[in-house]
Amino acid sequence: MLGRTLREVSTALKQGHITPTELCQKCLSLIKKTKFLNAYITVSEEVALKQAEESEKRYKKGHSLGDLDGIPVAVKDNFSTSSIETTCASNMLKGYVPPYNATVVQKLLDKGAVLMGKTNLDEFAMGSGSTDGVFGPVKNPWSYSKQYREKRKQKAHGENEDSNWLITGGSSGGSAAAVAAFTCFAALGSDTGGSTRNPAAHCGVVGFKPSYGLVSRHGLIPLVNSMDVPGILTRCVDDAAIVLGMLAGHDPKDSTTIQDPVKPFTLPTSADVNKLCIGIPKEYLAPELSSEVRSFWSKAANLFESEGAKVIEVSLPHTSYSIVCYHVLCTSEVASNMARFDGLEYGHRCDINVSTEAMYAATRREGFNDVVRGRILSGNFFLLKENYENYFIKAQKVRRLIANDFVNVFNSGVDVLLTPTTLSEAVPYLEFIKEDNRTRSAQDDIFTQAVNMAGFLSCLQDCQQ
Amino acid sequence: MAALMLRWSCLGKRWVLACIDGGSRHGRGAAIGLTSRRKRGQSSVAQQPLIAVQKSRKGEHEWAAVVGLEIHAQISSNSKLFSGSQVHFAAPPNSLVSFFDASLPGTLPVLNRRCVEAAVMTGLALNCRINKKSLFDRKHYFYADLPAGYQITQQRLPIAVNGSLAYSVSVGKKPSQVSTRTVRIKQIQLEQDSGKSLHDEPRSQTLIDLNRAGVGLLEVVLEPDMSCGEEAASAVRELQLILQALGTSQANMAEGQLRVDANISVHHPGEPLGVRTEVKNLNSARFLAKAIDFEIKRQIHELENGRKILNETRSFDDKLGCTMPMRDKEGKQDYRFMPEPNLPPLLLYDTASLPPGADPQQVINIDWIRERLPELPGKTREKLIQQYGMLPEHSFTLLNEVGLLEFFQNVIKETRAEPKKVTSWVLNIFLGFLKQQNLAVNESPVTPSALAELLNLLDRKAISSSAARQVFEELWQSKGKTPSQIVSEKKLELMQDQEALERVCHTVMEGHPQVGVEGRRKAMHFSAC
Repeated sequence: MLGRTLREVSTALKQGHITPTELCQKCLSLIKKTKFLNAYITVSEEVALKQAEESEKRYKKGHSLGDLDGIPVAVKDNFSTSSIETTCASNMLKGYVPPYNATVVQKLLDKGAVLMGKTNLDEFAMGSGSTDGVFGPVKNPWSYSKQYREKRKQKAHGENEDSNWLITGGSSGGSAAAVAAFTCFAALGSDTGGSTRNPAAHCGVVGFKPSYGLVSRHGLIPLVNSMDVPGILTRCVDDAAIVLGMLAGHDPKDSTTIQDPVKPFTLPTSADVNKLCIGIPKEYLAPELSSEVRSFWSKAANLFESEGAKVIEVSLPHTSYSIVCYHVLCTSEVASNMARFDGLEYGHRCDINVSTEAMYAATRREGFNDVVRGRILSGNFFLLKENYENYFIKAQKVRRLIANDFVNVFNSGVDVLLTPTTLSEAVPYLEFIKEDNRTRSAQDDIFTQAVNMAGFLSCLQDCQQ
Repeated sequence: MAALMLRWSCLGKRWVLACIDGGSRHGRGAAIGLTSRRKRGQSSVAQQPLIAVQKSRKGEHEWAAVVGLEIHAQISSNSKLFSGSQVHFAAPPNSLVSFFDASLPGTLPVLNRRCVEAAVMTGLALNCRINKKSLFDRKHYFYADLPAGYQITQQRLPIAVNGSLAYSVSVGKKPSQVSTRTVRIKQIQLEQDSGKSLHDEPRSQTLIDLNRAGVGLLEVVLEPDMSCGEEAASAVRELQLILQALGTSQANMAEGQLRVDANISVHHPGEPLGVRTEVKNLNSARFLAKAIDFEIKRQIHELENGRKILNETRSFDDKLGCTMPMRDKEGKQDYRFMPEPNLPPLLLYDTASLPPGADPQQVINIDWIRERLPELPGKTREKLIQQYGMLPEHSFTLLNEVGLLEFFQNVIKETRAEPKKVTSWVLNIFLGFLKQQNLAVNESPVTPSALAELLNLLDRKAISSSAARQVFEELWQSKGKTPSQIVSEKKLELMQDQEALERVCHTVMEGHPQVGVEGRRKAMHFSAC
C-alpha cells in the first residue's frame, strides 16, 4: 500500500479499502523503522493521528475534501508550521515554534492532508548534500537497496556495514528520502539553486520546481527571496500535478505571486509528443559529466525522438557565467535575510549580557554553522558601497542575460529543454565530504541554478525507473 | 572666565559675526557650554582664541550658513506600511505587533494602499513630480529596535521628487514685515519606522517596544536652501500645516509624529560649501531653531579659531542648549543597500495610462487623487484675506494656532459684527488671554458662541468697547453666565434713553461749570456712544 502512487492510495481511501488512520499508522511505523535514514527532524505523531481521525470522519460522511484528503505528507523543516517546531536544521532556530502556517502548508491541511513531520535539510537550505544540518546528515534510502549492497560487496572489503551510505543530495534531502522510503506520498521541499531537483535525482523520485511566482512563498523561511520556490517531491509525475493543482495560485500575503487566476489542469493520460520540440542545450555537455549520466541523457533524447518529438540542439550562451552570478546574488540575499537572527525576538540567544553588539555577535556565532556564516560574510562584502556596482549590479545584469537565453530559446519554437540534473549518480557520504560545502554547491548546482535565476519551471524524473 | 558673547543677525542668507567684549550672557548659555565640552585631545587653550579673535577682528566677518532638513512624518493610517497591525499612539508595549513586524522568519511585506495614497497626496501638495514607477530597497544596520536587521525604504527611486515648499519668515520687528521664501524638495519616500528602545540604566538593560516598528513614514528631504533656525522652523511649521490639511499625517512633534534631522554647514560667501554636520531627532519646533542656530554658531566659532568641522552626527541637549556628538557613530555606516526582492516595483497610473478593465482596488490613479486634494493652507489664507479683508499676517496667525481658525469661523457664523472686528477681537484679545495663561484654543473658557454674542452686543451699540472688555474678562472666569447676563448684572448697558441721557449730562455739567459749551457737546457725545 505504501508504495502506491498518491492517486492510487486516494482511490483506495475513497473506496474504503483502507482508512486514513490505518494509512497514517502504517506510515508512522515505517518512519520509526527507517529512523536511521535521519530523514525527519520532527515526527508529528499526535497531530498526524488527529488529522487522520478527522479525515476518517469526513470519508464516513462522504464529505472528502478531494484527492489529498487523508494522504500522509511531509514538509521540509524550513516551512513555518504552526505549533510544530521549525528549525531549518540550525541551532539558531532550535526550539522555535512558529505561530502560523506557511501558505502552502495551510493549503495542504485545508485539503485534508495528514502531516507526518518536518524533514531534514542542510542548515538553512544551504548545501547540495543534506549533510550540513545540526541534526546530522540524511542517508539515501537507496544505500540499503539490494543493487547498491551488491555493488558495495564487490568493491571494498572490511568496511563497516553502514559506513559507505550514499548522500541524498540537497538541500531537500529529508523530503526526498521520506518520499523514496515510502513514509509519505508527497513532500514539500524548496528549490533555490536545485535544492528540490538535486535530491530528487539522487533518491530516484520526481522533483518539481514551479515557475517563480506560481506558488506562494509566505512562510517559507527564505534563502534567496528572488529565486526561492516551494518544490514538490512525489513518486510519479501525476502525483506532482495533483499537488501542484492544490498549491498554485495568487496569495495576497506574498506580493511576488502572479495575480492571474490559475486554471485547473489535468495531465493527459497518454503522452503525445508528436507536436513537442525538445531542445538539448549544448553548453550542458560539461566535461565533468559522468559517462553514465551522459548515456542516460542520450537515451532519453532518443526515446522522445522515436516517439515523434522533434529533438534539436540549442544554445544557452551565458551558461558558463551562471554559477558565479548565482553565487554573488545568493550570498548577498543571504546576508540580508539572515540579519534578522539576533536572538532578541525568537530563536537561540547566547548568555552574554555585556552589550547589544556582543550579544548579537555571540548569538550569531553560536547559532549559525560555518556555511551560513561564510555566505553572510561574502554577501556583505558584495553589498558594500565600493563593491555593489562591480559585483551585485554586474551579477544582476548577467542574470538578465541568462534569463534572456531561456526566453530566446523558448521563443524560437522549443517547448521543453532536456538536461541532466546532476553530474553523476549519488555519491557516498565519505566521498562527498572530501570537498567543502561551497565547492560542492558550485559543482552540483551547475545544471540546476540557471533556471532558478530565470524563474522558469523545471521537473525531473529519474531515468532508471 | 570671560564669556564670549556672539551677536549676529540673519540678513537674508548672511551671518554677520560681531564679537563683543566679555560681560553677561543674555540667556544664551551656549558659549560657556561650548568651552567646557571641548573634546579631550584637542587644544585646551580655551581662553587664548577668544582674546585673539577680539583683537584681530575689528570689522565684520561674513559667514553664510546652509541648512537642509530631513523630515520624517508618520503617516496617518489604520495599519502599518507593510503589515496589518494597527497604528495607535500610546498603546500597551508590544500590543500592536504582527508576525511581520517582529520579523518572524518567512513573513513577507504587503504594501498598504492608504500609505501610497498619502505619499501621492503629499507629493502633489508639494508640487513634486510623482514617479509612476518607484522601487523599494533594504537599508541594513543592526540595532535592537530594528527586528529584521534592515529597514525597507526607497533609496534608488522614491515615489516623488523635485517639489517646492513656500513659507514665510518675519524680516523685521513689525508683524507686517514678512517675506515669502521657497525651499526645494529633493524627494519624498515611503519607509518603515523603527521600534522604540527604552534604556533602563539601573538594571543595565534596554527594553524594546515594537509597537512603532513598521509604521509608515514619509521622509521629506528639503534641499539646503535655508540659512538659519527661524527659516527652518517656519518651513517645518508650514509643512506641518500642509500635512494636517491633507490628513496624511497628524504631524504632532510632541507625539513623535514629526521628527526632523538638520544638516548644517557654514562657509564664506563665494567660497565652496563647508563640511556639514547632522543634528538628529529634533522633536519640537523651538528646539529645532535653537539647535540649528547653536550649531551654526559653534561651527563658525570652531572655524574662526582655526579648527576643522567633523562630518559627524550630533544630538541636541535641550537643557544645556547645545549640540553634542552622538556616542555610537564610529566612522561612517555602510548600509549595504539592496533592492527589496519581496516587493515588485510600485506602479502608479494617471487617467491616460490606466490599463482598461483594471481593478480599481489594485490601481492608484494620480489624477483622481489630484482632483480630490483638500484645500491647502496657502489657499485658505488667501481666501481669508479676500473674504474678510484681513492682513496677510493675520491669516498666518489664524492658521498657526491650533484650533484658532475653526474658532474664528464659528464666531463669524454667529455674529453680525464686521469681520474686521471679529479678527481684531480673536487675534488680539482672545489670543492674548490664551497666551497669558498658556492655554490651547480647545481649553478656552470662552466659547465661540459667547464671543459672538458679545460682539453682537457691541455691534448694536448696546455696550461700549471698554464695557465689552470687562464682560470678556468676566466670561473668562467661566462662571457660566452669558454676556447679556453679565451686562445686566453689572449694569454695563449704554443708556439709550435720550431724556435720561440729557438729565445725566446736565448733572455732570452743573457739577463742573468750567467745562465750556464745546466740552458739553463733546461730553454729551461721549456718553451717547
